[in-house]
Amino acid sequence: MAHPTQLGFQDAASPVMEELLHFHDHALMIVFLISTLVLYIIIAMVSTKLTNKYILDSQEIEIVWTILPAVILVLIALPSLRILYLMDEINDPHLTIKAMGHQWYWSYEYTDYENLGFDSYMVPTQDLAPGQFRLLETDHRMVVPMESPVRILVSAEDVLHSWAVPSLGVKMDAVPGRLNQTAFIASRPGVFYGQCSEICGANHSFMPIVVEAVPLEHFENWSSLMLEDA
Amino acid sequence: MAEDIQQKLEKYRTAPFDARFPNQNQTRNCWQNYVDFYRCQKALDAKGVDTAPCDWYKRVYKSLCPLSWIEKWDTQREDGTFPGKI
Repeated sequence: MAHPTQLGFQDAASPVMEELLHFHDHALMIVFLISTLVLYIIIAMVSTKLTNKYILDSQEIEIVWTILPAVILVLIALPSLRILYLMDEINDPHLTIKAMGHQWYWSYEYTDYENLGFDSYMVPTQDLAPGQFRLLETDHRMVVPMESPVRILVSAEDVLHSWAVPSLGVKMDAVPGRLNQTAFIASRPGVFYGQCSEICGANHSFMPIVVEAVPLEHFENWSSLMLEDA
Repeated sequence: MAEDIQQKLEKYRTAPFDARFPNQNQTRNCWQNYVDFYRCQKALDAKGVDTAPCDWYKRVYKSLCPLSWIEKWDTQREDGTFPGKI
């Protein structure tokens, strides 16, 4: 989850997010290099006592500062497209979960075998236990088996919402009447937080998402327990 | 044929990739399987044949379609206002 004074991304919890993180490091490095170069040139130009009023053109430098940016752009585009196509790969999910957005909570449906469905409301601040995170915790978490490809079908029952979990590298708009598909693999066990990412009314900031990735046996125990309670 | 369907149903984990719906928008995937199940049931019932092969479509639409959509469509079918042709 996010922490105070955080500058970068949250730790990646899925292979796709790891790729995005590394790509961002790569692109940002290029941005810093170019910005440093430009800043240096500006300072050098501003602080020199030399003047030259007679340069009209220069073919060589024009060639360099056309070709070099083109090369840099290719160096950015290739890893970017690689990740784009990686995200678009046909995956074979082990499990399908539906995330339905409501005003102002999420509901999750696990219907591959039985009809398991439950609502997930934010825990109000006054009801938090010590150590829990304000505006992020929910009464029921979306539990998934770790290291398994999971298909999430996102939709909404009233207005637009958006289901986002940054550490998994997932964000998908929830549109009423439409079923949007996304997928992820949780590479490690853990608890991953997200928040509704499309303005949806008064409590838009108070309908968080919590994904809990656990070993498969724990997932099976949890789903049996949830079915009994329902 | 029926044995293949039985085997597929026993090994069923979740709705597999369907090349007819390769993209992000899976609305039509859910709709198509729902409609296909009831059409299959109607057709096989009319012929007096066992409707077990239709169960594949049922498993898939149960995996994909939100419960509220299924309830709404079931009610519409009972009322005769279902928008699809079955």
